[in-house]
Amino acid sequence: MAITTHRAWVYGDDVNTDVIFPGKYTYTLKDKTDIAAHALEDLDPSFASQVQPGDVIVAGRNWGMGSSREQAVTCLVYNGLRAIIAESFGGIYFRNCINQGLHPIVIPGAARLLHTGDVVLIDDEARQVIIAGQAFAMPPLPLSVQAILEAGGLVAMLKQRFQG
Amino acid sequence: MSGFTFAEKALARAAGLSQARAGDVLDVRPDLIFSHDNSAAIRRIFEQLGAERVHDPKRMAITLDHAVPAPTTAHAQNHAEIRAFVQQQGIAHFYEVGRGICHQVISEEALILPGETIMGSDSHTTHFGWLGAFGMGVGRTEMAALWATGELWVRVPPTLRVRLSGTLRPGVMAKDVMLRILGDLSVSGGQYRAVEIIGPAVSQLSLDERPVIPNMMAEFGAMSAYMPPDQAVFDYLEARRARDYAPLYPDEDADYEQTYDLDVSNLQPLVALPHQPDQVVMLREALGTPIQQGFIGTCTGGRYEDLAAAARILRGKQVAVRLIVIPASREVLLRAAQTGVLADLIAAGASIATPGCGPCMGNHLGIPAPQEASIISGSRNFKGRMGTSDAPIYLSNAAVVAASALCGRISDPAEVI
Repeated sequence: MAITTHRAWVYGDDVNTDVIFPGKYTYTLKDKTDIAAHALEDLDPSFASQVQPGDVIVAGRNWGMGSSREQAVTCLVYNGLRAIIAESFGGIYFRNCINQGLHPIVIPGAARLLHTGDVVLIDDEARQVIIAGQAFAMPPLPLSVQAILEAGGLVAMLKQRFQG
Repeated sequence: MSGFTFAEKALARAAGLSQARAGDVLDVRPDLIFSHDNSAAIRRIFEQLGAERVHDPKRMAITLDHAVPAPTTAHAQNHAEIRAFVQQQGIAHFYEVGRGICHQVISEEALILPGETIMGSDSHTTHFGWLGAFGMGVGRTEMAALWATGELWVRVPPTLRVRLSGTLRPGVMAKDVMLRILGDLSVSGGQYRAVEIIGPAVSQLSLDERPVIPNMMAEFGAMSAYMPPDQAVFDYLEARRARDYAPLYPDEDADYEQTYDLDVSNLQPLVALPHQPDQVVMLREALGTPIQQGFIGTCTGGRYEDLAAAARILRGKQVAVRLIVIPASREVLLRAAQTGVLADLIAAGASIATPGCGPCMGNHLGIPAPQEASIISGSRNFKGRMGTSDAPIYLSNAAVVAASALCGRISDPAEVI
C-alpha cells in the first residue's frame, strides 16, 4: 500500500497554538484522552468529536504560531492525525511535530485546493502528496531530522541511545 | 566570501565550530537551559528516555512562574514534583514562587551573558537578545533531550535586520515600536529567521525597554532575536555576573535576507485589536472602545518602567474598572515599593499580585467573563488566550492600559493626565 487515503480538515492562515490547545489546560491535563478531547477547541469545536485516525490537517501560512506548548502537537497525535500539510509552520511548532513523529509537510497553496471532508492521497514511496488530482513533492528534510521523524520522534530516538 | 551574522557566529560558537552558515544543521550545546512550571511534564518525558541523571545541572535553571502561588491542587502538585526533581538532581538555579518570570529573573541573575546561547521551553526565549545572547524557545520533548544530553539540533537560520533610527517621542514606548513592526510585516514576517535589531535608536532605549522588542519577536515568528550589547548592558551585568564573557557582533558584510528600516521619531501609541498581535491600529482609531479590565504585567510589559508609566497617570486618581498589576519579578516589585510607584498604584485602586505570568495565558488572577474586554501590556491577544474564548483582548503600552483603566474605555494618556 504505497498510496494511502486521508480525510482532510482544512483551515486558514496564522492559526495559533492558543486556539489549537488552550493555555489554561497546559499544567493540569496529563491524560492522553483528556488532551485529545480539547484539540482545536477554540478553532473548530466539531474537530475533537469527529476527527478519525488517519485524518490530515491542511492549512495555510504559519500553522502553529505562538507558544512553544507541545500539546498543540500531541493533542493531534493522540487523535491519530497522520500528517499536517501547510503552506508554512510556526518554527517551534515544526520542530515539535518532528519530535513527536508527526510529519509536517510544506506545500504552498494546498488549503485553497480543497474543503474539509475532501480526500488527500499520500504516496510515501514516491514522496508525493496528491490533492485535487495534483501531485506535490514532499520537500526533503535534512537527513538527521528525517531520522528523528522515521524513528517515531525524539523520545524514541533517544531511547535507542540510552537504553540500546 | 561574505561575513557572518550574529546567529551564524553564536551558533558556531555553541556548537564548538570555527564557523557556520545559514542552513547548516548543527548540534548546539547551550550555555544555559531553562524551564518553568512545565518542568514536571518535562520530567515525565525525561524519565521515558532512560537517562538517570541530567547531563549538567550547573547549566540548568527552573523558575516557578506560570501559575504562582498555585491556584489549584493540580497546580500545587505540579510544583511539588518540580521541587522534588530539583533536589534529587541538584539543579543549580531554582527560583521559587514569587521570584518572578523566567526571562526577567534569568536576566537579573545574569545567568546568561553576551555572546552565549540559551534555550528555554518557552517561546519568549527570544527575550535574551536584549543581552546580545542567542535565545531560542523549544518544546518540552526537546528540553527533556537537553536535560539528558546537553545538546540539541538546530538549523542555522537566515537573518532579517530591523534598523531603528530617530528618537521616540514622550509617551511612545518600545511596545509601540514592536507593534509597528508587527503591523507592517505581520505575524509571519520573521518565520524561521533570526532578527538583528540594530541602529542608533537601540542604544537610546532604557534597559527596561530593550527586552520588549526581542521578547515580542516571538509574535513575529522569529526563532531568535539580537540587539548589539553596549556599555549600558555591560554595566548592568558587571555586579551580577558570575563568569567572564565575550560579546559577539555581526560582520558588516554579512548576508541578510531583508532589512526593514523604521524611523521611530514619528511613531505614536498603537493598539493591537483582537485576536492577533499584527492587527495594529493607531491609538486614536481605538479610542472609546469599552473595556472591563486592564492588566499590566508579563515578560513583555511588567518591568519597573511599565509600572512607573502607569503610576504617573494614576497618581491621585481612581480607576473606573479593575486594574491588575503583576510585576515581572520581585526585584521590580521591590523597586516599585521603594520609589512610591507601588503606593500610587494601590491608592488608585490597582490590584497587585505575586510576580509571575498572571492571567496572560489564562491560568488565574484575572480571567475575564464572556464578552468582557481587556487591555493588557502583554504580548498575545489570541482568541481564548486569557482563559475565555469570547473575551476580546487589546494590546498596548502600559501607559495606555493605565489611562484606559482610569476611564473604562480605551483612552489616550495625554488626554487624562
